[in-house]
Amino acid sequence: MAYTTENNQSGLMAKAVKEGVLAGLIAFGMFLLFVGIETYQDINNQLVWRTRWGLLAVFVAIAAIGRFLTVGFIKPHLDARKLAKAKSGVLEISDKKSFFHKHFLKIALVFLLCYPFLAMMIFGRQGSLKYVDNFGIQILIYVMLAWGLNIVVGLAGLLDLGYVAFYAVGAYSYALLSANFGFSFWLLLPMAGILAGFWGIILGFPVLRLRGDYLAIVTLAFGEIIRLVLINWTDVTRGTFGISGIAKASFFGIWSFDVGAANNFNKAWGLPSSSVYYKMFLFYVILALCLITAYVTIRLRRMPIGRAWEALREDEIACRSLGINTVTTKLTAFATGAMFGGFAGSFFAARQGFVSPESFVFLESAVILAIVVLGGMGSLTGIAIAAVVMVGGTELLREMEFLKHIFGPDFTPELYRMLLFGLAMIIVMLFKPRGFVGTREPTAFLKERKAVSGSFTKEGHG
Amino acid sequence: MATGTTMTKDAILKVEHLSMKFGGLMAINDFSFEAKRGEITALIGPNGAGKTTVFNCITGFYKPTMGMITLSRENGKEFLLERLRDFEINKVAGVSRTFQNIRLFSGLTVLENLLVAQHNVLMKASGFTVLGLLGLPAYKTAAKEAIEKARYWLELADLIDRADDPAGDLSYGAQRRLEIARAMCTGPELLCLDEPAAGLNPKESLTLNTLLRTIRDGGTSLLLIEHDMSVVMEISDHVVVLEYGQKISDGTPDHVKNDPKVIAAYLGVEDDEVEAIEEKLDEGTV
Repeated sequence: MAYTTENNQSGLMAKAVKEGVLAGLIAFGMFLLFVGIETYQDINNQLVWRTRWGLLAVFVAIAAIGRFLTVGFIKPHLDARKLAKAKSGVLEISDKKSFFHKHFLKIALVFLLCYPFLAMMIFGRQGSLKYVDNFGIQILIYVMLAWGLNIVVGLAGLLDLGYVAFYAVGAYSYALLSANFGFSFWLLLPMAGILAGFWGIILGFPVLRLRGDYLAIVTLAFGEIIRLVLINWTDVTRGTFGISGIAKASFFGIWSFDVGAANNFNKAWGLPSSSVYYKMFLFYVILALCLITAYVTIRLRRMPIGRAWEALREDEIACRSLGINTVTTKLTAFATGAMFGGFAGSFFAARQGFVSPESFVFLESAVILAIVVLGGMGSLTGIAIAAVVMVGGTELLREMEFLKHIFGPDFTPELYRMLLFGLAMIIVMLFKPRGFVGTREPTAFLKERKAVSGSFTKEGHG
Repeated sequence: MATGTTMTKDAILKVEHLSMKFGGLMAINDFSFEAKRGEITALIGPNGAGKTTVFNCITGFYKPTMGMITLSRENGKEFLLERLRDFEINKVAGVSRTFQNIRLFSGLTVLENLLVAQHNVLMKASGFTVLGLLGLPAYKTAAKEAIEKARYWLELADLIDRADDPAGDLSYGAQRRLEIARAMCTGPELLCLDEPAAGLNPKESLTLNTLLRTIRDGGTSLLLIEHDMSVVMEISDHVVVLEYGQKISDGTPDHVKNDPKVIAAYLGVEDDEVEAIEEKLDEGTV
């Protein structure tokens, strides 16, 4: 090499400064009109504009300095580390797993079982409400929905953009049947699942002849149809007003959580009246539902039907040549996924006490699908992590008061949650294109269970 | 030879007046042949002769425009393949196939590939999943048997050491063998192989020959499309030659090898012979 190290060093710095300035210029050009100038209505309701040079300077500085540091310091450092590792001859992949890694599932389960009590101990009775309800239950609902969709998308490889339809069927089944016939939650929970699964079969019959993009579009349409029916069939569903005053779930019919009831749970156990106990109860219900979903999924994967789903994702034509009825196989995947969506829906209705078509928009389907893709299609652990990151992350944004100190008092982080959601997805997909957990656990083995690298599995196309 | 195959050499597959039209193109024109039980029948012909089309008609991937394809099983039952649904040809009639461009479940392990092939047996044993989910012992024994069957074929195909690796990780030759093993795991009476030796080196080609003979001696009849003449001439008992969708020769390998029409189709002929051969061809077809 002709260059000396010093030459190299100064050359690198020059390059870093150049790239930093360039990034600053690009940022200036991009943000000049978006950030630098703001329009607002003054007292006379006139639209006027003012400049925000300070904020613009912050944006430009972040871009320029960030680029400078990346090119000048971070990248050379990483490259040097990689080179040193390659020279030392130690492979980056080691078979040894840390204790945490090995027992991750057990630790996670124990943590989840203790979580409501931990929250109550740390934040007090009223303070823990937010942590049990907004974080705990909300995340677990999405975990369950994503695990349900995982059967359809992750295992069978059928791209379903209308999954929220089954969530809606489950929620409205519970709301309507409990309001009109007074059935209890524990009777309606399985019924809602069965009804949603039934809908899955009905929708599946015409839809599953299609493959790939066409299937995605038609499932999207069916999702919208269900929502529009809910809006317009006002005699039954009360349209956009929704159904309110949905009965709460009871403690298996023994104790009620209604405040006025004689067998009130809090009274029976001598607890102070607070809604936190109901929320804690709901937390354990959804946790149990999630665990059932996971258990069934794991068991099904080792059944011939589960293997056929995965084979279908890999190659549908080969499946047919092996005597597998692809239509019924797809239908069972669709129906099973729909059933879990229905369970989650009826739970959602019981928890919320109110359902309206607003809760079942396409965005919900997209978020659930995003969680499945981010988590790594087919991997339960990955999907659970993705749900925590995505749903917990958006909930966390509401707490980000300190951002106001950076971006000014008008900054409301909640409004940016979709933007950050998208940004997070792009970043994750750049570094982990197969999702958080890209490998696949084989369902049977002769000598040893070796995880299958994500580069071999297919996404499916129908 | 296994029992059952020696008694009579009856036809396992009978193709009669098969025609297949794609728009205006007659890909197969009034093609008839028989494949005998317990034999290896080879279907050869120049590129574009329609071999794969015939295959796709037999295995249900195309519906023939005309003609009848009869499969008679060992128990005497007869099936008209063109009337069965695609997956029933394997499930009910016991015909399995491999593909010219290998179609494995690349993200599943080698063992899983063979277990998927036993789907219908395992489905029944698991009581269509319901009983299996409850963990009944009947399913567990069936699952064990399925793994044993897979192990048997893995040993025959020399893949036993790779059983727990993803199928997509295998070398080309090993993928070909795995596809044959997978097809055999469905327990077929007729195995259709679409160019099993394509892309194999001479050594791999030899092991393939042994594997195919073992399969035949185990009682399964074979029908194969092949370009590699060394494979065809060495292992087949019966050769059918196809050109432009029509049969031009049918007989033992030796007979076919010396048939002037076959030589003409494959090698081309001297100018003065063209007329004579054209006459012959016209007699045979019009």
